[in-house]
Amino acid sequence: MSWGETFRTAIEALLGRRMRSMLTMLGILIGIAAVMLTVGLGEGARRQITEEINNLGSNLLIVMPGGSSVFGGGSATGASMLTLDDAGVIADPAVAPDVVGVAPIMSNRLTLSYGTARTTTSVSGSTVEWPTVRARTLVDGRFFSDAEQASAAQVAVLGPVTASELFDDTPAVGQDITIEGQSFLVVGVLDSVGASSLSNDDDTIIVPLTTMAQRLTAPASARMLSTIYVTARDDASISSAHQQITRALTVNHATTAAEPGFSIMTFQALLTAADTMTAVLTTLLSGLAGISLVVGGIGVMNIMLVSVTERVREIGLRKALGATPALIRRQFLVEAGILGLLGGAMGVALGVVGAAILTPLLDLQVTISIPATLLALSVSLAVGLGAGVYPAARAANLPPIDALRSE
Amino acid sequence: MSALLRMRGVRKVYDTGVIAVEALRGIDLDVEAGDFVAIMGPSGSGKSTLMHILGCLDVPTGGSYELGGVDVSHMSEAELAVVRNAQIGFVFQQFNLLASMTALRNVELPLIYAGVGRAERRERAQAALARVGLADRVEHRPGELSGGQQQRVSVARALVTDPTLILADEPTGNLDSVSTHDVLALFHELHDAGRTIVLITHEADVAAEAHRVWRITDGLLSEAAPSGGRA
Repeated sequence: MSWGETFRTAIEALLGRRMRSMLTMLGILIGIAAVMLTVGLGEGARRQITEEINNLGSNLLIVMPGGSSVFGGGSATGASMLTLDDAGVIADPAVAPDVVGVAPIMSNRLTLSYGTARTTTSVSGSTVEWPTVRARTLVDGRFFSDAEQASAAQVAVLGPVTASELFDDTPAVGQDITIEGQSFLVVGVLDSVGASSLSNDDDTIIVPLTTMAQRLTAPASARMLSTIYVTARDDASISSAHQQITRALTVNHATTAAEPGFSIMTFQALLTAADTMTAVLTTLLSGLAGISLVVGGIGVMNIMLVSVTERVREIGLRKALGATPALIRRQFLVEAGILGLLGGAMGVALGVVGAAILTPLLDLQVTISIPATLLALSVSLAVGLGAGVYPAARAANLPPIDALRSE
Repeated sequence: MSALLRMRGVRKVYDTGVIAVEALRGIDLDVEAGDFVAIMGPSGSGKSTLMHILGCLDVPTGGSYELGGVDVSHMSEAELAVVRNAQIGFVFQQFNLLASMTALRNVELPLIYAGVGRAERRERAQAALARVGLADRVEHRPGELSGGQQQRVSVARALVTDPTLILADEPTGNLDSVSTHDVLALFHELHDAGRTIVLITHEADVAAEAHRVWRITDGLLSEAAPSGGRA
């Protein structure tokens, strides 16, 4: 008997029990669709996080005072203070050749007002290099100038969220706002970088570092930086830049590598952490969805056993006419395999439709990849075949006379 | 003249674990090529057991059975399947046609297991159906045919592989007298064309159609005097 005939016979048998075949496939269908969607969601989440991190600047290093933890704050004791001097050392090409941009930050949460509108937000003092280092552009006006920085001018650049909180939709540039009782001229408004789940860089206000130090900070902490943003030459030179900064600051602070008194965070580490997290989540959810596949497989086995019992006479006749046990086994395995594979194919289709529906609903790209699809199809085929082994063996081992005798 | 079918001392014991039942107690039987033989017996006589062994559906507990010169008494189920496919054409009391398939597909079945290609299969199945007078019913399903027509389809199925032996088990048991006459007439035609036929029945008038009649009683076979037919 040719394989073609085996398949033809199997398809005829399945079509002869259309409703039951459909219901059996439903079990596999749901399992496969669930696995496809969870894997797709995990993949989508991973991509989104990666994209957000890349938006923040994948070649960005953030130097912070204190602790050695990734997000370390720590107390700013003598050795664990970052100063403008540190920023100057890092910016020296002779010391750190892989560093291309340095933007020291001195920040504080302060209250600002315009007319009756008041808001409290993070006010950062920085240098003219800030827009380049943070890869930010302006929608209106300009950034402050070297001259304004040198003279500690009372000028400010607003984040788009801050601007709309103070000014609603009226133009902010050219207006005077009040920060800690002092008047500041708004010279520019930043473009939005979007609501990121990692930080809110749209609700902020930037003033010259000199102004921040002289007018908005208590004299005791006027030299203390909260952060130094550093850009490496490119993605590949991040780790060498990291080493150069570490070496320079360790020398500058006269500290040891074990207790450096500062910490350097790169988004690479964050990227790795996010990858690990989504991978664990995806595995967990796929495992749960996989259980439904097992249930689907048991359904296939159940129906195949019923089918063998119902078709005892047919099996007996086929044997009498010359079907060997191996051919009968093959027949039932192919039937079970078709149930699995077809159920899987419909599950993939449902997964694709589900992904199309969920993507706008969750505002998260649910990705159905080709390898995932092929894997899902192989798994569903394997589940079908696996579930068919026992029923097929039972059919193959039926003695032909018992099978023919049953009425 | 060598026997097409030769049984010597065939025994069959069913051991239920509690009690062993000896259904066949030493059967000797020779059937020559071209014979038309009837085996008669009441139920419980071992008639069905003998039919199963003759049809290679079961193997004897003891003794030897040669079919077409080959000893089949110790073959595995897979080997027996091949022998059944090539050598034996079955006609059953219940017709045993697959209800979901057309007459043509039913007749093609043994050829499928013989590995015959699609075009040749179709041609041979059509010829076999024409042979039994059902050329115009090839696309009918069993449910659309009368009992006599269904039995003729199963005779076509038995013929289509050109087997050594046609083994008919109570072929008229489920038929009215007109269809019975039809089917028996068909057997005579096949016999006249040189086919070897073994007919198993409990009806004396059906057995009387055969060339030779054997009677089985309590697991033993004895030849009965032909009471008519074409002896």
